[in-house]
Amino acid sequence: MWDYTKKVKELFLKPKNVGEIKNPDAVGEVGSMICGDALRLTLKIDRETNKIRDAKFQTFGCASAIASSSALTELIKGKTLDEALKITNQDIAEYLGGLPKEKMHCSVMGREALEDAIVNFRGEKKPEAEEKIVCECFEVSEEKIRKVAIENHLTTVEEITNYTKAGGGCGSCVPAIEAILRDIWFVKPITEKPTTPKKLTNLQKIALIQDVIEKEIRPRLQADGGDIELIDIEGNKVVIGLRGMCVGCLMGDVTVKGIEDKLKELVSEDITVEVG
Amino acid sequence: MNTIYLDNNATTKIAPEAFDEMTPYLTDLYGNPSSMHTFGGSLHNKIEEARERVAALIGAQLDEIIFTSCGTESDNTALMSAVESYPQKRHIITTRVEHPAVFNFAKHLARKGFRVTFIPVDNFGRLDMDAFSKALDDDVVVVSVMYANNESGVIFPIEEIGEILKERKIIFHTDAVQAVGKLPIDVKKLPVDMLSLSGHKIHAPKGIGALYLRRGTRFYPYIIGGHQENGRRAGTENIASIIGLGKACELAAKNIKKEVAYLSVLRDKLEKRLMELCPDVRVNGDRENRLPNTTNMSFEYVEGEAILLRSNEYGICASSGSACTSGSLEPSRVLRAMGVPFTAIHGSIRFSLSRYNTEEEIDTVIEIMPKIIKQLRELSPFGKEKIKK
Repeated sequence: MWDYTKKVKELFLKPKNVGEIKNPDAVGEVGSMICGDALRLTLKIDRETNKIRDAKFQTFGCASAIASSSALTELIKGKTLDEALKITNQDIAEYLGGLPKEKMHCSVMGREALEDAIVNFRGEKKPEAEEKIVCECFEVSEEKIRKVAIENHLTTVEEITNYTKAGGGCGSCVPAIEAILRDIWFVKPITEKPTTPKKLTNLQKIALIQDVIEKEIRPRLQADGGDIELIDIEGNKVVIGLRGMCVGCLMGDVTVKGIEDKLKELVSEDITVEVG
Repeated sequence: MNTIYLDNNATTKIAPEAFDEMTPYLTDLYGNPSSMHTFGGSLHNKIEEARERVAALIGAQLDEIIFTSCGTESDNTALMSAVESYPQKRHIITTRVEHPAVFNFAKHLARKGFRVTFIPVDNFGRLDMDAFSKALDDDVVVVSVMYANNESGVIFPIEEIGEILKERKIIFHTDAVQAVGKLPIDVKKLPVDMLSLSGHKIHAPKGIGALYLRRGTRFYPYIIGGHQENGRRAGTENIASIIGLGKACELAAKNIKKEVAYLSVLRDKLEKRLMELCPDVRVNGDRENRLPNTTNMSFEYVEGEAILLRSNEYGICASSGSACTSGSLEPSRVLRAMGVPFTAIHGSIRFSLSRYNTEEEIDTVIEIMPKIIKQLRELSPFGKEKIKK
């Protein structure tokens, strides 16, 4: 059972500012029902003073998600947009007297919805295609991971998962998150990438592919009760079979993409992977 | 505020009769049954009396019951014993919806080099028997299939699987932790070699379990040390809890028919009324073939932890397959294996009843739960148009 503060319980059981503002000036939406939490924020903004006159929310999610949303609306009412943008997820968590560390992503969701609403209001919306998704399970972008990591001084993957959910699903993005963290905090990579000669002979390539599957890919799949079989190599096309728990796994497509990325990284950019 | 405890697949209240029989052995009669003096040594008879009661509940012989510390130990012991007994065989078959005590132990063995096949289930939580037949080969050392699922309550075709395996002389273990005491079980007719049961799911205390081991089945102990349990499970006996388990089994055996009927009437009433009173709700799992005390329902557009914490304010105890309650960010593995949509898993609630629940309690839940669902749906950004219709 989660150890929620009195304030979290209070705002969960009797949340303030629930609902939807009719004809809102700004709407912020984050999350989805599939991810397990979602927040829709509607704002009434005074166009003369740029002050938030009213804020209401609708939230699908757990107790701390609902309490964080309610806290957000309480915090931003009466503030100008610039003042509101200075509110961090830590401010939301503090208003609630703290959140369990695994639930910090609820406060981040609040902050994101606010940003989304203000960006929409100001017409600064960026095209979504620019975002590079790191965690496929929870659709978390690299940009978000960097931002949250820097704002909250996060240095471990576990903390990133607590604050953004990234890495909390199938776990295949954990190395990518580690790389981002190393990049942010200037820690030298522990393992050097094996240097591969530019032109591999066919035999060298086959041997290298086998080696990468054996050493890099198979142990990870086996850790989840799955397995991989190398069926064939035709030029740059690698045909594999997924075995064990991988069969019929919901994350099957993600797994195949992960294998392809690994082979691209360690063997050759031209490799493609197919399931035989 | 009274507690309305509908989470009996998680754990149960100790039967007062079992508690009363136990307590002298936690206070004055603290001896060690292995001792030569009467003060300790006479306790041996109490253990054997308990063994008789456990054996009687499932139709076993006395020497087929091994006391363990819990259901998990029984499961681990069964799998480990099989793989130690037949070291030349390297293939384990189990299911995708097993309890972690089997599922994670099988994954542990996979990391040690065993091949493990996890048999899938269909949308009703029923085992894919074609996949099971196809997985069978001469390398199979043990098959472990749960008797009934803890989350959905769905009952698996243990007899059918057992017949197939008997013919092929493959060791068959069933985790019957959720089934014992809730369904009549007779191992004389049921072709299983090993069966796990747990005390705290059947109104005995926590920290006690048993493993049924059919006569003639090869066995290798998991906990090694003293001679207790005929050298099959070392460690000084947890005598009070063994006595508690014995009494709980006696009570279960005496009342099982009456209880099955009682529980299914209450469960069906709860399920039926909630479905009438809450729109957009579904029942997860095969309703025809499941435990009499369990229902797993999904309330769309709302999240399970929120439902549980609001219910908690009224003293109502249940559980959820939602990600927020699992300690990880992923929702229930069992419901995912059943193909329940993610949106429905997040709003899934399991109610599991026991003999101590009353009709008044069920009526209270029927009155309160729809209000909670309605309030949370008003908070939710989803499902508005659909519910208005």
